[in-house]
Amino acid sequence: MSEVRKHLNRREFFSALTVGWAAFAAASAGLLSLAFRFSYPNVNFEPEMDFVAGLPEDYEEGVDERWKNGFGVWMVKQEGKLVAFSNICTHLGCIPNWQPTDLKFKCPCHGSGFYMNGINFEGPAPRPLERYKISLNTEGKIVVDKTKVYRYEKGQWDHPDSFLEV
Amino acid sequence: MKQFVNIVADPIYSFPITCVLYYYMLKYYKFFGSKKFAWTVTLIAIPVFLIMMADPNFYLIITWPDNIPITILIVAVSFFTWYSIHKAAINDTRQEEGEVPVEATPENREKVWCWPNLVYTEMFAIIAGTVFLIVWAIVFKAPLEEPANPTWAPNPAKAPWYFLGLQEMLVYFDPWMAGVVLPGVIVVGLIAIPYIDTNPKGNGYFCFNDRKFAISSFLFGWLVLWLYLIIVGTFLRGPNWTFYGPFEYWDFHKVVAEYNVNLSEFLWIKFLGTAMPSNILVREALGIVLSLGYMFGLPPLLAKTSFFKELISKIGMIRYYITIVLFLLMFSLPIKMVLRWAFSLKYIVALPEWELNL
Ligand code: FES
Repeated sequence: MSEVRKHLNRREFFSALTVGWAAFAAASAGLLSLAFRFSYPNVNFEPEMDFVAGLPEDYEEGVDERWKNGFGVWMVKQEGKLVAFSNICTHLGCIPNWQPTDLKFKCPCHGSGFYMNGINFEGPAPRPLERYKISLNTEGKIVVDKTKVYRYEKGQWDHPDSFLEV
Repeated sequence: MKQFVNIVADPIYSFPITCVLYYYMLKYYKFFGSKKFAWTVTLIAIPVFLIMMADPNFYLIITWPDNIPITILIVAVSFFTWYSIHKAAINDTRQEEGEVPVEATPENREKVWCWPNLVYTEMFAIIAGTVFLIVWAIVFKAPLEEPANPTWAPNPAKAPWYFLGLQEMLVYFDPWMAGVVLPGVIVVGLIAIPYIDTNPKGNGYFCFNDRKFAISSFLFGWLVLWLYLIIVGTFLRGPNWTFYGPFEYWDFHKVVAEYNVNLSEFLWIKFLGTAMPSNILVREALGIVLSLGYMFGLPPLLAKTSFFKELISKIGMIRYYITIVLFLLMFSLPIKMVLRWAFSLKYIVALPEWELNL
């Protein structure tokens, strides 16, 4: 201990300390950024966030499941409106199933049920399914944009982008 | 008979039945802890189980590889619960007669060395456990399923067995409550036990009389809430997380009429006959008041009762408040379950706008 004091005065001690801490901080930051990078996948199999969903005439009254597996979207045509529902349960994010015989979406995880219009009515789900932005492009085809969601309980289902008049 | 069991197994009936059985188990713990009782129950249970296995639906659900641990768990937990109560009953009887507990008699106070006595036992336990796991892995193959698909979920989608109690809890609560707050409280509460339980009795010997409150509240949380919910989640939940009796065929189209209503809808629409107020805090006022009253109003009130007065004189005010808050949080689960069954109540406070539902 006294050895060290002979060779280092106060200023030298502090500069050594600063260099030491800076090196430590830099090493930690490098490691952390590596760890952070590691938590993102190298290849992303996630579906595109927006897609072209054909012509409005392609859809019949009721629930259409053709985009469910590829994009996680249910198209529902009802009462002159075509909407794009997210297929993620609003309880804890499982994937409900459409049950044509019972006319409801039913979640396999804790039993939440949603009507065809997305409203939750049974089980623990606290709010209705979310709608995605739906619009027509210049060719008259439907475009579903999953980056924009419309939530019923926030009064967003009146927004003109949340449905298509058909 | 099978029909009857199917109906009674429904949590609406089986939960109160379990609670009543639990109460009587503790009330007559000396009878429950007797060897005669244990033998009788075992001798009845084995043929009953074999008869039940003759039912194809029951056979399927019992022999499903994921479910076998639960059968083992039921047997093991029953045995160890009985064993500790058996020992406690003996000691309590001895103490009533003015004797010391069995563990305190001179022949039992003899001490042995950790090495080799304990270490050998542990080593044997490790080897036996490894052998068991290897045999298990050979006999019950892990299912190899198709690659994960983010847009598809198996039906029913079940958590690993040790989480099925939590999954069952999620049926009654918002994910924030059942997935974060309550599990956190369970862990914190278990850590807190040594600090809030200052009763010096029961150290180093089995007993029940000396620590009635501690033992019965712990066993309630462990047996009636945690294990019961795991058993329900394992054996009685089928496709769409619908209830299926133990002898019932898993019909994917079983329709259960259910319509859950929030407390605010009860108040404004059914009771007052008006539309829901647009201010969300006014809308949920009743639920908020009730929840706050439950968490903050009840503890001082309960402190006035003679039972808790005695507890406070033993453990002090701060410990009392910690205990009672943990207690109330634990009881929020059965309360919520009963409200759901009795009134189809969904949430007492429903603020999906703020992601807050109680
Ligand atoms: S995730 Fe759908 S009901 Fe819980």
